[in-house]
This record gives sequence, C-alpha cells and structure tokens, in this order.
Amino acid sequence: MSNPLPDSTDQYALRMVNIDKHFGLVRALTDINLDVGRNEIVGLIGDNGAGKSTIVKILTGVFPPSSGELYIAGRKVDFRRYNVQSAHAHGIETVYQDKSLGEKQVLWRNFFIGRQITNRFGFIDVKKQKAIANDIMVNTIGFRGRGITVDSKVSQLSGGERQGIAIGRAMHFEADLIILDEPTVALSLKEVAKVINFVHKIKEAGKACIYISHSIPDVYEVCDRFVVLDRGEIGASIPKKEISLKALDEFLLEYAHGRKDKQRS
Amino acid sequence: MNLLKAAYKVLSRLEGLGIALVLLVLYTVLIISAPTVFTRPMIYFSFLETVPPALIAALGLTLVITAGEIDLSFPAVVSLSGLALAWGWKTFDPAYSAVIGIVLALAAGAVVGYINGLMVARIGVPSIMATLAANFFWYGISILLAGGRQQTLAGSEENSVHELLVGRPFLGIPLQAFWSLALAVFLWFILNRHKFGESVMFIGDNPNVARVMGVNVEATRIWLFTLHGMIAAFSGIVLTLFIGVFYPNQGNFLLPAMASVFVGGTSIAGGAGSIFGTFFGSYVIGSLEAGVVATTISGYWVQVVEGGVMAAVVILNAATGKADFASLLNRFRHWSTPERANPELLSKDETR
Repeated sequence: MSNPLPDSTDQYALRMVNIDKHFGLVRALTDINLDVGRNEIVGLIGDNGAGKSTIVKILTGVFPPSSGELYIAGRKVDFRRYNVQSAHAHGIETVYQDKSLGEKQVLWRNFFIGRQITNRFGFIDVKKQKAIANDIMVNTIGFRGRGITVDSKVSQLSGGERQGIAIGRAMHFEADLIILDEPTVALSLKEVAKVINFVHKIKEAGKACIYISHSIPDVYEVCDRFVVLDRGEIGASIPKKEISLKALDEFLLEYAHGRKDKQRS
Repeated sequence: MNLLKAAYKVLSRLEGLGIALVLLVLYTVLIISAPTVFTRPMIYFSFLETVPPALIAALGLTLVITAGEIDLSFPAVVSLSGLALAWGWKTFDPAYSAVIGIVLALAAGAVVGYINGLMVARIGVPSIMATLAANFFWYGISILLAGGRQQTLAGSEENSVHELLVGRPFLGIPLQAFWSLALAVFLWFILNRHKFGESVMFIGDNPNVARVMGVNVEATRIWLFTLHGMIAAFSGIVLTLFIGVFYPNQGNFLLPAMASVFVGGTSIAGGAGSIFGTFFGSYVIGSLEAGVVATTISGYWVQVVEGGVMAAVVILNAATGKADFASLLNRFRHWSTPERANPELLSKDETR
C-alpha cells in the first residue's frame, strides 16, 4: 500500500506489471502487462482456460502471483498483506456471476454484508442502512423493478436485477475498479439489456471497470477497449475506436483459427 | 382497506405468529377434551417449569441450524455442565459454591462447543458427524467422572442463586420461564440486529457469498458452536438446579428440541431462523405429552398424536413456503385470486 508512484501512473485505476503465475509446472499467466484507465471500461476476452479467472483471482486477493507487480490507483500492492477482505479496502469490488448475493436475504442486508453500519457493540443501524440502500437503488442504479423494495428478498429478483444490485453496491462503496465476471451468463436478452444499462452507469459515475464475458456483442457495446487473452498471454489490445463489431468478431475468429493452425504445425 | 393493509403489515412482522396460533388451538382442544385439568392454572405453571431446559437448548440450536449446521452434542453438554455445577456445589464454601459451579458449567459448555467448532470449521468435518461423536464422547466423560452416580445439590432450596434462577417469587411464576424468555429476546436481537447474526444467516444461505463479501466464515462458525455450547450449559444449570439433583443421563431431549426448532419454522436448509417460532414450538412440543395423557385416551396413543401434530405443522410450514404468517397470508391471497387476474404474482413465481 505504501510506495506512492510518480504522478504519471496515477491516471490508471489499475496496473499489472510483468505478472507471472504458475501452479507447479503449469504456467497459467505469462508476463501480463495490463493497464486500466481511471474511467475506462476494459473488456477481457478469451476462451476457457485463457487465464481470465486467474487474473480475477489475483486482483481480488484469492492468491498472489508468482512474480510481478500490481498497482491500484497508483499504490503498489503488498501481496503478503493482500487478501479477499483487504481487496475491498483497496477499492476493488467484484461482481461474480452467481456468488455475489445471499438469495434468501433481504436487499438491505445484501448491500451491507461484511461492512455493516453498527454501534460499538456490533448492533446494526437498520434504519440508516435501509435509507442508504434505497438511495443506491433509486439514484445510483436507477432501479425500476416492479414492487421491489429494500425489504424484498434476492430470490424475488430476476437475474439482471441481481447483477444491478451487486453493481450498485460496488459503486456505493467507492470502488476505483469494478470487476464484472461473466455478468450476463445464463440471462435472457431482456435481462442482458438491463445489465448493459447498469454498466453504462459505472462509466457515467467516472469509475473503471474490467468486463469479462464470452458474449462479444455485449463486450463491444459497453467497453472502451478490448484485451484478448490467449493461453495465459495478452494477445492483443484494441481500442473500440479502431474496430467495428464485425471486424472484432472476425478478428477473434481468425485469432482462434490461427491458433489451431499453429497447433497443427 | 387501509386498515386491513395496516393490520396485515403488523401481523406479517410478528415472528412465530403461526406456531403461536397452533399453540392456542392446542390448548383450546385440550381445554375442551380435558376440562378438569386444563381449566385450572396448575398445569400451565407446571409447563413453565418443565419446558425451559429444552427450550433454552432449542434456542441455541436455532442459530446453529440457521447457519446450515447441526449440533447433536448439546444433550451431553447438559449432562456435563450439570456435573460441573454439582462438583463445584459440594467442593467449595456454600457462600459462593453456586457461583463457582455455574462458571465451571458454562466453561465446560464453551470448551465442548469450541472443540466442535474447530472440528467443523478448521478440519472440515461435517457437523452432523462431529457433534454425533462429541455427544457420545462427552456423555461418556460425564458418566465416567460421576462414577455413574447421581449427585444431590445439598441445601439447594435455601440457596439465593437457586432462588434467582429457578425460584418463584412473583405469583408463583417459575423464574426459569422468565430467563428463557429473556434469552429468546436476546438471541432474537443477536440474530436479526447484530453483525454476528447477519453473518450466521449469510453463511447458512451460501458460505461462498459470505466469504467473498468479507465475512470471516471460519471464525463465525467456531464462535457459533462455542455460543451454543454455553447455551446448552445454561440449560443444564437450570435443569440441575430445578430438580436439585444431577443425573448423569440428564438432557435426553435431543429429538424434542430439534422438533421444536422445525415446527417453529426454521428451515433445515439454513439461511433464515425463527427464534420466537422455536420459543412457541417448544411449548407446543412440551405440552403435547402431558396434554394427551390428561385427555385420558389410552397412553399408547401419546406418541401417535405427538408425531401427527409435528407432521401437520411442518407440512403446513412447507406448504406455505416459509414459516411466517406473512407468506401464509400471501399464499392465501394467491390461492383466492384467479391466476390471470394477477400477473404480478405470476411473474414473481416464474422468476424463482
């Protein structure tokens, strides 16, 4: 957390420098250099096993890299003291496809679990938490679900709405970087549209985001830049300005074919 | 209509109302079928004396089940803590022997609970196996240390601690009934208003979610089993003081206590628990046997009726989805509304 870097790096919410990760003899990541700007939405694209989830796990403190450096908002991360709990304190919030919310719990509890507003005996200030939760739902993410209030249970929400709640929670806690791990998997088209809408709110709020998805049209719609990950290495980094959806699709297709050809030869 | 809505809102917030109504119906049936017994206050005072020990253990068990775990070892703790109390009672000066005995008993419960917690949270033994083994082990230790003999708490009737915990100073109401109610209120606040209780609910709901949201799952589980060990010890203290004698095989109310939790509406699936459901559930279970005997139908019928009532209540719980009165009313409205007329309810069900 210490060692503030020169000003030039402060324009980044996140910098991964020469990150390597291997599990025994298996190389999961090789020399990953990835920057995410302060208000940039970066799409991370890659096949299963390309190393996307390994990157997410390093960023969220599940395990440290084998070597390399990580800077969050210009501050170097000390991996000896970096874990799932302290990732929150560093300003990284992650929205997982299926393990972000407690299904049987009411929404206001889900907003504050792990970070409750309590008195010094640990009792929760329910009134305050409900008021803030309501504010997040109405103002931060513009929630317009039918008859859904802070007292509703998560099980009453649709898949897209659940992602919205998790994204709103991340934004409320002043995350510098929000990681969305396959947020639209197994959702209907209508629900995907809702999630896309929530991701636009992240951009509007001036935050940074890493968006991981298999769905290229979704990634193209919301992201400023696309980073293609291939067998643990960064294969390409393409700004949205420089490529159309069709061209990106074709590029990825060719990329996949090229890889197969390489394997054959 | 507004009045109805307001009444609905108030009713839906009352935890355990459903099982309280079951208790009311049970007493009404008993009054009709055995008026000589159930129109006099005596039998109710006797319930207030005999139900609290199992009730206290069941309250702690409610938290454990809410966390998606089970504790089968509390009967052994009731025995072990009774032994610790009896030993302290006869060993130390009568001026403070009761207090030392109680502290020893609570410490014994905490140790057993802590070891359970370590086995479950650290080593990863499923709680049903860890606590089943613990129940055999600690019962064995208790019988071994007691030499298989019962021990009388000499002069317990005149002891002020006895008076404070299980005396009957006001209108003949046994104080253990009051203390068990106080514990229920306290644990309700712990479960529903404290950080710890919220962690318990999220762990029971989905431990992975709890973990990524920053809940210390391991520590919470260890604390939870330790807490239940101490609550079970309190049950043992109340039981031993009330009877005035320690029996090595005391505390054999594992199944009634579990039945109380489940008829009270706490789900075995974890994630949500009803403290006051357990409170009233314990009185339902605790009143059944004496009640059925009093109706003078053949004693052979007692268990048949008990099992029938339990099954009926848990079927009702399952049918209403959740065990609170709110969802019962909700279901009722749902049933009484033609499906097409209410698309909102329909779409909500679909998303489940």
